[in-house]
Amino acid sequence: MTAAAAPRPGGFALPTPSAPTVHRGNPSFLARVRDLGIWTPFGIGVLIAYCLFPFLWLVRLSMDPAANGAFFPSKFSLDNYASVLKNGEFMHAFLNSVIIAGSATVVAMAIGGAAAYALGRLPVPGKQYIMFGVLAVSMFPGISIVGPIFELWRTLGLYDTKTGLVIPNVTFALPMGIWIMSSFFRDLPRDLEHAAYMDGATPFQAFRKVMLPLAAPGVFTSAILVFINTWNEFLLGNSLSATTHSMPVTAAISNFQGENTLEIPVGPISAASVMVMLPLVAMVLVFQRRIVAGLTAGGVKG
Amino acid sequence: MRSPFAVLDRLDERRLGLVLVIPAIVLMLIVAAYPVLSAVWMSLHRYNVKVPQDYAFIGFSNYARILASRTWWTAMETTVGFAVLSVTCEFFLGLVMALVMNRALGKATGAVRVAVLVPWATITVVTALAWKWIFTPTFTFGALNWVMGLFAEESCVLCGRWTSILAMVFADTWKTAPFIALLLLAGLQSIDGEMYEAADVDGASKWTQFTRITVPALKPAILVALLFRSLDSLRMFDLAYVMTNGANDTKTTSMLSYDYLIRRLDMGVGSAMSVLVFVTVLIVAFIFVRVLGAAPEGADKVKKPKRARRSAELESVTDAMGRAQIA
Repeated sequence: MTAAAAPRPGGFALPTPSAPTVHRGNPSFLARVRDLGIWTPFGIGVLIAYCLFPFLWLVRLSMDPAANGAFFPSKFSLDNYASVLKNGEFMHAFLNSVIIAGSATVVAMAIGGAAAYALGRLPVPGKQYIMFGVLAVSMFPGISIVGPIFELWRTLGLYDTKTGLVIPNVTFALPMGIWIMSSFFRDLPRDLEHAAYMDGATPFQAFRKVMLPLAAPGVFTSAILVFINTWNEFLLGNSLSATTHSMPVTAAISNFQGENTLEIPVGPISAASVMVMLPLVAMVLVFQRRIVAGLTAGGVKG
Repeated sequence: MRSPFAVLDRLDERRLGLVLVIPAIVLMLIVAAYPVLSAVWMSLHRYNVKVPQDYAFIGFSNYARILASRTWWTAMETTVGFAVLSVTCEFFLGLVMALVMNRALGKATGAVRVAVLVPWATITVVTALAWKWIFTPTFTFGALNWVMGLFAEESCVLCGRWTSILAMVFADTWKTAPFIALLLLAGLQSIDGEMYEAADVDGASKWTQFTRITVPALKPAILVALLFRSLDSLRMFDLAYVMTNGANDTKTTSMLSYDYLIRRLDMGVGSAMSVLVFVTVLIVAFIFVRVLGAAPEGADKVKKPKRARRSAELESVTDAMGRAQIA
């Protein structure tokens, strides 16, 4: 595991001039715009449109599902949102998702942060093998653990409980969390611990009083990514829940449209989908730099 | 006041390391390792939760039944077809996106970054719904409906088997190509611009520059992205569940296992299917370990002792697996 030399702080660095004809030190903005020609801005435009189109289409359907061949809705109405907000089943599921994803993130950060510190900085025997095992778990197909967990949870009384969903979600969040956090811990300078030891700190005190606060950005980045992944989870949520007691919002949305194929309430479902997306879109808007830095952490070997 | 961590505070580095890493290991053993082994055990039994008294060890009969059934192989065909098509599309589209982004101004990156992250952050169930309706004539606007008419009879994309699979490929590509683009972009930005200038001086064409400079520099990122996307698409569940619900023979192997495990409560056959899904993923993962393990620049292979070589191999594989965590 070589130390990652990814463009950590910003994510996107300014692109190096890939057209070798550009031999200027620091061209002005206008000069750079001219150098781009037509195709690059056009490509960027298409790229943005492509990425946003399906989401915007959902927003459009949520306003007025009767498309009738028209691209723009004939009226803008928020009735569907109102009906979703009044739908107890959906609001319950939404709350369940907040609780499940929230607690899974917190628990995964605690357990994963500790393990990441141990694997990133402490002399743990066989740590290469442990790291390999941890990451191998992330490749397990969800379906191959669902059956036995379903059985086990029914015996233990954890079936259709939020705890029963938090536990496997934590397990699947750990590989990513441990990997990202351990790379952050590894990149902190060695002198910090020595200084702490000189001042009489024990290893654990050095961890929680010196290293943890310094690695907070890394912990935070992993927390965002883990939250998004857990919010997205469907197979476990759909298999291990049965009622509004624990059903997460992903399973609830798919159930809305499952029963009756002739009369699909497209408007309300799109409104619900948009609402489920909003927390994530908000996170993307606020934390874009952090997310890209986390996603590409260790993306390139230095 | 005594610190709540008094016990931990007294440990030396070595013991502390063990104590900190143990909770994660225990959790993974209980929730990941045990279930896989338990599934193997259940797959050797006749066991339906609805008829618990009819429980018997039957060896490999479940596997024999599954491997002789058409349903299983149809699901396998759907899964592998989807995996091959989606990974190919995602890779090429991701590469094009990365090249476009790399050429763009620094100024544009804020908006581009948000746009590219939206598909990645869109939950799969919602992705599936959005594309399902884009491909449903009633909910689509005229121009798109016309385009669909070119490809599918009565422009009902989700009415046929392979057009449905293609629709899922579309949805999956939309969700993951931007992410692959981000991975590749990070690789592109690490290439020294002077290499292109030198190649230009030597009179190398743009295509030669691309194949000789760009592709080799991106190779590690490409391998990681490709192989992990294949693992992920081979276990695909939510997209098919929401988009087609298995209509027109579009059940994936994961969906078929789910049908038996959770819907029919037939733990024996269901577990056997889920073990087969696991084995499929394992085979691809094994190929991947071979390819990536061989990756660290071949030259020094001969000199190192076996132990060090094994360790370097493990390190590069672990590193690649880590980098692909989010993919």
